[in-house]
Amino acid sequence: MKAWIAVLLVTVGASLLKAVGPLALGRRPLPDSARRVVGFMAPALLAGLIVVELGGNGGDGLDGAQIAGVAVAGIAWRLHAPMLLAVLLGALTAAALRLL
Amino acid sequence: MTTRASFVSGLRLGVGPGAATFVLGVSFGAAATSAGWGPVLPILSSMFTFSGSAQFTLVTTLPTGTAAAAVVAALLINLRYLVMGIALNDSLRGGRWWRALQSQALVDASFVGAHQGGGRFDVARMVGMTVTQWTCWVAGTALGVGLRPDPDLLERLGGDVVFPAFFLLLALEEVRSPRAGVALVVGGTLSGLAMLVLDPGLALLAATAGAVVAAAPIRRRDRSDAGASR
Repeated sequence: MKAWIAVLLVTVGASLLKAVGPLALGRRPLPDSARRVVGFMAPALLAGLIVVELGGNGGDGLDGAQIAGVAVAGIAWRLHAPMLLAVLLGALTAAALRLL
Repeated sequence: MTTRASFVSGLRLGVGPGAATFVLGVSFGAAATSAGWGPVLPILSSMFTFSGSAQFTLVTTLPTGTAAAAVVAALLINLRYLVMGIALNDSLRGGRWWRALQSQALVDASFVGAHQGGGRFDVARMVGMTVTQWTCWVAGTALGVGLRPDPDLLERLGGDVVFPAFFLLLALEEVRSPRAGVALVVGGTLSGLAMLVLDPGLALLAATAGAVVAAAPIRRRDRSDAGASR
């Protein structure tokens, strides 16, 4: 029952977090200064997501094989590999390093 | 591009992140079942909560603490959606409630994939990307519940690389100007520093300060200032 209640609360809370901005602002446009910030939100958030994914792992620190895999995916993509193939190469790299 | 065409292009663009979501979904389904959630709750959670980070936080924190602490931890990790919802609002149409409903399609990859530059977002494309990812997430969860693979197996196979790798590739695509590069570097640095002392959710939120730094106006000394200082 504890898990059911927690899931329900998180579902409602997560939904509200997404809705608060549109509910509060409605049709009112953001000021120019805020719009400029919004324009750079995607790269800033992506950087945060990468850092948290690599450093998070439940707080048990960095994983060399994971970092190497991500780097290989980046290099493969830079060498014009399609996105899915680049990610697959990255995952295979990490898996191979873990076998060693 | 028409709304329909944008939506369809979103469905296609969602395939890459969707594949990553599927793998993570399998992992979540297996972890939640092992944690005693039974076969139904993990799938319902994936259908309605639809937040990998929050759901994994719940699975890992519920057994060790109170439900309240687990809920707070799961919502903290989602705080970034508050900022993303505000960022998206100018691109939404209709009244407050219709906008709030459209904002439910916000997930990380869709937010980035729908960005057209200059703070404008293609909402139909965002919804399309999210539909693909939602389908993959729920299907992955169901498979994880059914098969219950060893959670370590996915990591041994490099499953933990999938999401950060996708985020990296999306970031490389998103950096189209020096200022976007500043947002990326400053956001990542602040997030990394925040990780040392804060919850991952707050560390993610700290990354948004990178956008503030990148958007700051550059003050150039005009000629008269330069002349006066000589």
